[in-house]
Amino acid sequence: MTVTQLSVYIENKPGKLAEVISRLSAAEINIRALSLADTSDFGLVRLIVSDAEKAKKLLGEMTLVSTNNVLAVEMADRSGALSDVLAAMDNQDVNVEYMYAFAGKQPLNAYVVMQVNDIAKAEEILQKNNIGTLCDADLLESLN
Amino acid sequence: MTNYYQKDIETASREEIIRIQEEKLRKQVRHVYDNVPYYRAKMDEKGVTPDDIQCLDDISKLPFLCKDDLRDAYPYGLLGVDLKDCVRIQSTSGTTGKRVVAFYTQNDIDIWEECCARAIVAAGGTKDDVCHISYGYGLFTGGPGLNGGSHKVGCLTLPMSSGNTERQLQFMMDLGSTILCCTPSYAAYLGEALAEKNIKPDENKLKAGIFGAEPWTEEMRQSIEKSLGIKAYDIYGLTETSGPGVSFECEEQTGMHINEDHFYAEIIDPDTGEVLPEGSKGELVFTSLDKEAFPLLRYRTRDICVLSRKPCSCGRTHVKMSKPMGRSDDMLIIRGVNVFPSQIETVLLKEGYPPNYQIELDRKNNTDTFDVYVEMSPDQMSDKISDIQKREKDIEAAMRTMLGIGPKIHLVPVKTIARSEGKAVRVVDKRKLHD
Repeated sequence: MTVTQLSVYIENKPGKLAEVISRLSAAEINIRALSLADTSDFGLVRLIVSDAEKAKKLLGEMTLVSTNNVLAVEMADRSGALSDVLAAMDNQDVNVEYMYAFAGKQPLNAYVVMQVNDIAKAEEILQKNNIGTLCDADLLESLN
Repeated sequence: MTNYYQKDIETASREEIIRIQEEKLRKQVRHVYDNVPYYRAKMDEKGVTPDDIQCLDDISKLPFLCKDDLRDAYPYGLLGVDLKDCVRIQSTSGTTGKRVVAFYTQNDIDIWEECCARAIVAAGGTKDDVCHISYGYGLFTGGPGLNGGSHKVGCLTLPMSSGNTERQLQFMMDLGSTILCCTPSYAAYLGEALAEKNIKPDENKLKAGIFGAEPWTEEMRQSIEKSLGIKAYDIYGLTETSGPGVSFECEEQTGMHINEDHFYAEIIDPDTGEVLPEGSKGELVFTSLDKEAFPLLRYRTRDICVLSRKPCSCGRTHVKMSKPMGRSDDMLIIRGVNVFPSQIETVLLKEGYPPNYQIELDRKNNTDTFDVYVEMSPDQMSDKISDIQKREKDIEAAMRTMLGIGPKIHLVPVKTIARSEGKAVRVVDKRKLHD
């Protein structure tokens, strides 16, 4: 299972990130997870939100936005949990391209958003190791 | 005392120069009419025959040639002799990516090199000098032209070509270079590189520099003269007429003497094509009076400048042109390379990008910076920074192939490039190139 992620291009200038976030807030779109990557020129905001389609349309009016599928891996909020996941991936030559984390609503759960070079293979590995992944609907539920 | 390479002609009386020019002009127009069908058709269209051209004033009856003609006639359409009589090709970029190729007979090369030799001698060059040439060698005319001129003067010639600053400095210091030939921005860069090594201006053996191929200001001259401990001379030329050496500065440093025995210069109104009286500011037009292989008549340079016949203290009698004060077309000169915005557009379309772009030029540490902002469409957007950076690198490489110089590419969202009154601003030039 995968979740929909928004990637938003922003100029590397003061106020640009705030503009994106305030647009989402004005439309009452909830941000579940966020990461910001930057170069000297531009930034890339990656977002998991409550309504990806609506957010894409809204932000698409001001800048470049793309959507794609990423893994949202559910794991216990304990030392070593992420390490186990990564080791399992590593053994099978699945390369992690980027990742970021957010805390679960339920206590003792953590979520890691991951982009890998082979999603299908990664899902297979996670399943074999009894590690859960979320879908968009799960996310909505966990928001409520 | 002033030295000349060819004293008789360089200091000839006005009457003598006019006599030589008229004699050569009549012969050249006949040569072109008989051997260049492309130009003959243009003359026929205007109803002009070689017999109509008797004196210099008659030249205004002849049709102009411009860069588009060179493109239309590419590659052989303006050739004036059989290919087997040509010994060299040099080239420069054209308006739409098709390059301009110019041909030379051995005689053309000899004259070109003599013109460069005049420039070197005017800068104080003699056979005792070590002439360090850091212009690019190859298709670009800078290196080959000055190289030939340096040989003619009898200087010990160092064909360094451009780049590899470390080696440039090593040879300059170890082999005692006395005359430096390169673009003014590279000269400034070498000056800084010397300072970084704590080598003082009086520790190098340089005495003069001959700098051209790009616009530079009086301010920049002073700064180069100080950092290298030299006198800096301007030189002008274009591949279409031969290369560097069409005109050059003497010790007075108040304009460049045009080699009038080889090139006839006019100043025209760029809009109407009308010849303007002496002292007017307008577009410079050249007629090659004795080129055999690539004999261009009334070639529009697109450079805006002023001609002056005020007597010069150096004793040379040839007319002086000011530094170009601008262009009457949209050509940009970036680090000595000619770039047309239309070339950028061609590359973008070929690479699958919308032709919405903005060129930003600036000069930092005396070197041109060249940035191009390109609008990216939503389907080209990615969640990975490396994807976007790869796109930028790919465009950069394609530009380098087309232009011979690679800009820094910045991909930006659609509609972010400034538009004024609905029309995109294609070039933002922050360099101060003209006084």
